[in-house]
Order: sequence, then structure tokens, then C-alpha cells
Amino acid sequence: MSEVAAVMHASAEPAESPLTPESWGKLGMWVFLAGDAMSFGGLLVGYGLLRHASTNWPLPSHVLGISLTAFMTFLLICSSVTMVKGLEAVRNNQRSVAKTYLLLTALGGLGFLGLQAYEWTHLIHEGLKLWENPWGSSLFGTTFFMITGFHGMHVTGGVIYLLIMLSIVSRPSVALGHGWCYNVVEVAGLYWHFVDLIWIMVFTFIYLI
Amino acid sequence: MADAHASPNYWMIWLYLFVLTVIEIAVIYMPLAKVIIVILLVGLACSKAALVAMYFMHLRFERLTLGIIALTPFILCVFLILMLFPDLA
Repeated sequence: MSEVAAVMHASAEPAESPLTPESWGKLGMWVFLAGDAMSFGGLLVGYGLLRHASTNWPLPSHVLGISLTAFMTFLLICSSVTMVKGLEAVRNNQRSVAKTYLLLTALGGLGFLGLQAYEWTHLIHEGLKLWENPWGSSLFGTTFFMITGFHGMHVTGGVIYLLIMLSIVSRPSVALGHGWCYNVVEVAGLYWHFVDLIWIMVFTFIYLI
Repeated sequence: MADAHASPNYWMIWLYLFVLTVIEIAVIYMPLAKVIIVILLVGLACSKAALVAMYFMHLRFERLTLGIIALTPFILCVFLILMLFPDLA
């Protein structure tokens, strides 16, 4: 783009995002999440299709540990609440409260990942692999590891994202209340709640149905 | 500003999500037809997802167009199901 075109473009661009007046970043995150939801949607629909076409698909609740994953669901739901509470504390200028809540949120994510690693190890020892499954269709193993793994990667990214937010909120030079810091934490929160929302779907379709 | 709204009671939302999860787990042990169980589970999961999106992600307090953006992947997935599943029959 030439300099003249760049200047003209800059003047034509509205200063305020039409859908999210608070920040463009928030709109950007929503658009990213809509796209990301389609990745998960494609994976879950593909899973449904393979399972429906299979004649020897095991009943997930018989071979996977429901109580452990129910607890993992509980952890993520709790970490969503600590996330919104942390954001509220940023808005109310309570730096130490905000730090505590953000730390708890990240710990909830870490706890989830630890339990998932434990679950995967347990299942791999029982013989569930990406390419084989002792209880029937090998695609059961493929879809299980792909979908829970894809979600686990999102949680890993989320924990790193949250720790960066924690370091921003911890800096005394960063002003809390309404402003830049509130915006970035809110956008991070959107990502975190999305990961929770996706887990609600994964838990239902992969473990319960 | 979208922040003019009062904060929803997040602990109540947490309680709803917790109760819905307990119901979901109870449903799979109920002596019901498989179809009924699937419909119940999908319904419960969608209600939980809606609670998270509306209150935790503040979608209820945003503009409608943003909600439509958020709903797009859901609609496309329904299309995907409708287009692919007839192939199996």
C-alpha cells in the first residue's frame, strides 16, 4: 500500500468498533472464536458421523471414567466464575483481589490439564491408542484423542494467556478501573469462557452420549 | 457503554451450571430410550453453553449483531449435520 493510500485508509477507518464500542480487540476475539468454534464443530460432527456409521463403537460411559471428567467439568466451570470475578475486581480497582482470582483461574486450568494427563496415561495403559481401541472400533481412539487433545491444547494456550494477564494486572504502573487493562482482561476472559463452553460440548458428546 | 448494566449474579449461574451437569450425569443412568437420552443430553448441553455465552461472555448485554456472529458456527454445524447424515442411510 502506498503512503497516500495508507493515509486515506486511516482516515476512512472508523475510530470506534461498531459492534464492540469498548475495543476492536473484543470484536477480533469474537470473530476468532466464531472461527475456532467451527473447527470444534467440524470435529464433533465428524465424530458423530463416524460413530453413527460404526457397528462396534463402545459406549463411552462404560470405558471412560465419567466421575473424573465430571470433576474436570466442575473445575472449568469454577474457573469461569473466578475469571468473571477477577474481571469485576479489575473494574473495581481491587488489584490484589484481581490477582488472586486470575491466579485461581489459571490454577483451575492447570488442574484440568493435570487430570487430563492422568486420564490419558490411564487409558493408554489400558490399550486405548490413536490407532487402536481394545473395546471396538479403532476410530473411537482416534476421535477421542484428537478432540480432547485439541481442547487440551486450547486450555494450555489459555493458561499461558491467563498468566500473561496476571503479570499485566500485577504491574503497579498499570491503571485498573475502566480502561486498557480492563479491556485486555475482558478479551482474555472471552477466550477462557469459550474453552469452558467447548468443554461442555465435548463432555456431553464424547463422554456422556 | 455496555458496562452500564448491573453485574449478573455469577454464583447463581455457577449453581445452574452445576445442577445441569448433575442432571446430565443422572440422565445417562436413567432407564430411558437411547433417543430420549440423546435429546435430553443435547438440550442440557445447549442450555449450559447458552448460560456461559449469555452471562460469562456477556453476550446478553452486547449488541444483537455480535450475538448473530456468535451463533453462526452453531447454525453452520446444524447445516453440516443435515447435509452429511443422509449419506449414511
